[in-house]
Amino acid sequence: MLTAQWMYGLAGCVIMALGLRGALLHASLLQRIVAINVMGAGVFMLLVAVAYRGPVLPPDPLPHALVLTGIVVAVSATALALALARRLHAEQEDD
Amino acid sequence: MSPVSLPLFDALLLFSIVGLAWASLATTDERRSVILFIAFGLVLAVAWGRLLAPDVALAEAAIGAGLSGALLLGAVHRQPRPLSPGSTNDSRNQGATGMGVVLRWVVTLLCTALAGTLAWALLHAFSSVPHDMLPRAISGNLAASGVSNPVTAVLLNFRAYDTLLELAVLLTAVLGIFALGQANPGYQPAGPVFDSLVRWLVPVLILTSGYLLWVGAHAPGGAFQAGAILAAAGVVLRLAGRTRIGLPEGFMLRIVMAAGVGLFLLVGLTLLLLGRPFLGYPPAWAGSLILLIETAAMLSIAATLLLAFLGGRPESPAHAARTESANTTASNSGNEEQTRC
Repeated sequence: MLTAQWMYGLAGCVIMALGLRGALLHASLLQRIVAINVMGAGVFMLLVAVAYRGPVLPPDPLPHALVLTGIVVAVSATALALALARRLHAEQEDD
Repeated sequence: MSPVSLPLFDALLLFSIVGLAWASLATTDERRSVILFIAFGLVLAVAWGRLLAPDVALAEAAIGAGLSGALLLGAVHRQPRPLSPGSTNDSRNQGATGMGVVLRWVVTLLCTALAGTLAWALLHAFSSVPHDMLPRAISGNLAASGVSNPVTAVLLNFRAYDTLLELAVLLTAVLGIFALGQANPGYQPAGPVFDSLVRWLVPVLILTSGYLLWVGAHAPGGAFQAGAILAAAGVVLRLAGRTRIGLPEGFMLRIVMAAGVGLFLLVGLTLLLLGRPFLGYPPAWAGSLILLIETAAMLSIAATLLLAFLGGRPESPAHAARTESANTTASNSGNEEQTRC
């Protein structure tokens, strides 16, 4: 077992839990969106840590491809969430 | 780097990453939260580089920190007061402070338990012998994939299905954004310093995206990083107050938006007609087909991300100019949306 692998893996778990807590507890919609992004980053860190095989061996490219896909899906979900939040805000202003 | 200093570097890096994530979520100031999140993304990109994932590092810096940051900062900027899920939020918080404290503790406890369980499962997985069946299958078939960068081979060949559906997700998201309304109002024209910076920056960004697209076949890079950089060129133009930001209009815009999914499907179905499996490229053609699909995907990704930054259906430049003049004539005190950059 590699030291770096478990260090980054554990940090991924912590970041994911921090993000989940923020997403559940924040009152502000925008900060909930930020928190969900932090949570995603924690998951990405777990996956990249799993892919790491030490300084000599090449890493496993499959989790890297998954994380790349994840980053792009996360940004499109963020954009849609922000557009929904903006619309919600506009509706509240009208009331 | 010597073996002694590497764990120290890891510890410092992880300390700052977890610290930034914590700080970004601990504050109730939205602007501070977003800026700390951008810093978090940038330091995260360093971590991906450290874990030998340069493709992910590039995508994180360009998309995770860059474009997400621009999206979130734009949203903070347009909302003078915090967005709350319900308009009665304040009274709810005041009415149930006791309940609120208990709830916070319960949620914190559950999240800690989740992190603990995950960590336990992870350590269990790490202590067993790693499965190297998939990495070996990938490196064994790399020669037939048409590219030599294993991440591009996985994305565009071995698991091309995933990438096709990912492009469909992007298209769906932007259609959802279109359905929610018009684009955000533009920005005021930039001052001379920013304007001359834009003149230099935009061509460099376009050139970089072309380079990343081409180099993705054999080195870190590819359609996603290239598309994000190309979108960044449009974002910079938009921030500089330009009405023309490189997006085509009307029907052409729809073609560009759907080009990635469309060409991907066309290649897959043509191969099906030729008696090959769906998206099972013939090895001799794989390299060219991947470049073709990636070029279309890059244009679609760039258009999608730029439309996401606009936050709605774009107006035609003539219409935008008209509303712009209308906005400046009817500039009331609350109209903070047109800002100098």
